[in-house]
Amino acid sequence: MTQFQTEPSPRVAAAGAPLLEVDDLHVEFQQRSGVVHAVNGISYSLAAGETLAILGESGSGKSVSAQAIMGILDVPPAVVTGAIRFEGRDMLTMSEEDQRQIRGPGISMIFQDALSSLNPVYSVGWQIGEMFRVHQGVSRKDAKAKAIELMDRVRIPAAAKRVDDYPHQFSGGMRQRVMIAMAIALDPRILIADEPTTALDVTVQAQVMDLLKDLQRETGMGLILITHDLGVVNEVADEVAVMYAGRIVERGTVDDVFTDAGHPYTEGLMNSVPQVESKGGRLQPIAGQPPNLAAIPSGCPFHPRCARRRLGAEAAPGQECSVDVPPLRLIAPGREAACHYSEEVLGARAV
Amino acid sequence: MPEPSESTGATAASALSAAPGSASARGPLGETLLEMRDLQKHFPLTQGVLFKRTIGHVRAVDGVNMTLRRGETVGLVGESGCGKSTVSKLLVALEKPTGGSILYKGKDLASMSGRALKQYRREVQIIFQDPYSSLNPRMTVGDIVAEGWSVHADIAPRKDRLKRTQELLDRVGLNPDYVNRYPHQFSGGQRQRIGIARALALQPEIIVCDEPVSALDVSVQAQVVNLLEDLQDDFGLSYLFIAHDLSVVRHISDRVAVMYLGSIVEEGTDEQVYTTPSHPYTQALLSSVPLHEPHLRGQKDRILLQGDVPSPADPPSGCRFRTRCWKAQDICATEAPALVDRGQGHPAACHFAEARAVVPVDVD
Repeated sequence: MTQFQTEPSPRVAAAGAPLLEVDDLHVEFQQRSGVVHAVNGISYSLAAGETLAILGESGSGKSVSAQAIMGILDVPPAVVTGAIRFEGRDMLTMSEEDQRQIRGPGISMIFQDALSSLNPVYSVGWQIGEMFRVHQGVSRKDAKAKAIELMDRVRIPAAAKRVDDYPHQFSGGMRQRVMIAMAIALDPRILIADEPTTALDVTVQAQVMDLLKDLQRETGMGLILITHDLGVVNEVADEVAVMYAGRIVERGTVDDVFTDAGHPYTEGLMNSVPQVESKGGRLQPIAGQPPNLAAIPSGCPFHPRCARRRLGAEAAPGQECSVDVPPLRLIAPGREAACHYSEEVLGARAV
Repeated sequence: MPEPSESTGATAASALSAAPGSASARGPLGETLLEMRDLQKHFPLTQGVLFKRTIGHVRAVDGVNMTLRRGETVGLVGESGCGKSTVSKLLVALEKPTGGSILYKGKDLASMSGRALKQYRREVQIIFQDPYSSLNPRMTVGDIVAEGWSVHADIAPRKDRLKRTQELLDRVGLNPDYVNRYPHQFSGGQRQRIGIARALALQPEIIVCDEPVSALDVSVQAQVVNLLEDLQDDFGLSYLFIAHDLSVVRHISDRVAVMYLGSIVEEGTDEQVYTTPSHPYTQALLSSVPLHEPHLRGQKDRILLQGDVPSPADPPSGCRFRTRCWKAQDICATEAPALVDRGQGHPAACHFAEARAVVPVDVD
């Protein structure tokens, strides 16, 4: 089970202690037109062998938070505050060299667009082998042998023959496998997968997700899966954190959250997506557009689109949706949501 | 920017439906509007710079048969590279077929020219996938929507055009005061509405929707899907809905055709194709779609396809799918299976077609 913490508290390193703790992470981008608040205080933790899905639409801050963890945001213009603790050590305060030691063997990442993430002028074998040459100083010949081994492991057919091929000679699914091979080369404790299958066809998506789950079983790595696809979350993850406007608005086990949403945004997402298992009635979209991160609405960021918002006299004291920011609070055992009126949302889906 | 409203101005709706070409003025629902017969499109592969030699053909579309009736939505699903977008280009006469024919209201598109072709192009409109690259950034929204009228001037008299444009914007859920704004001032969902208004402006019979919601966020996707459904009811439109998202296609379509490597492998009502898929490819495709309900997790029949789609420049002999099919036998390599009903109640192009429920039925 992933353990989420609401309060920053020192943790005792013990069996089952989290590998990664993200604590009140903020990311801002200074721009001429103003400050873009991409991530606004998110906290979560991940232990070995767990799968945490971060679900959100474009502009929800889900990718930026992952890039902050990997330390691949350009600072400035980005301003990262809070704490990102890997095995208890804060990555934001450590030296660049120490961070580099964690990237690869500690945490690694795969991206949505495998073609633009791979270098077109080097063979895939060279690029996979680079991990071993740079981090472990092995010879070219050994690095190539290890690259072939890895390509076998991610089930690229005829790996020994294809090791000298270039990225454009591979199909989309195979390229994503090459990316995965690079990411798992140094046996990372945590793999962050940022929309790993969004650019792929469904049959290929199923193959790649299967591969990721198998690799996780073999190595016991923690997996952070960033996606907008409710179906992928349901089939792959144990826990889910739903993000909106740079905040986590709901989190809990996938079973709990998907069976009975506790935040109106999650509820809205569930109602707006058609499902393959039934034709369904008319879709119930969420009104309006996701907010501009340079001008996030006051109070609850979701309130302009929310069908359950309470304004003025309707609202309980200190719980007016357009004024008071709802904190992420416990709404049921093991579940949290950031809504003043979560109790009304819970149970509403039984139609 | 104020949000587009889901509701419609009553004045606009009445003004538009009174226009010629509204549902009542058209033919009866259910009559055959469009028919594709053995439609083919092969793109030549060339080699050499100065003296180009044709060294082969990419068989993008290779024998597609499909019918579209008035007022219905036919979903065309398939993975990337299967030729579904080429079908849409053939239908709006952006590409000329290599073989076969497209019959529109009984007349062959290839024999049309001059006025008949112009009329066809007005009546068969298209909405594109990418709302960012399909709108001219230097034109105002009003100009984009009204541009078709500079060719088809008879639809909207010059003095009415501004009013008509505003009615159209209102109908698709955009603020009519936005006529003078530029596309970059709109979000993806709003741009897709502009594209829909542009298609509607010419009072089409058929709209070819080529992945119209794929580029949109899920919460916005539903708004556009609902809008398309409403417009269909109001104007008696027929849609060919091309998408790779099987869930959206099931939701919106009356009939569904599944395409693989240039041809249709299975066709039927949404119920037939999704609950009793009979072609192995359809079964594999459906089994790959992740389900949203935690209580259905693990109940799905998992079929993992091996390998990749073969190149359409060198498709396998006989059945196109045989190289990845677990049922393949000798006959599959020698004889291409016809798209006929083999006892499942709907046609499937497989020698060994057999209905198999892949997606669990949600009982609650």
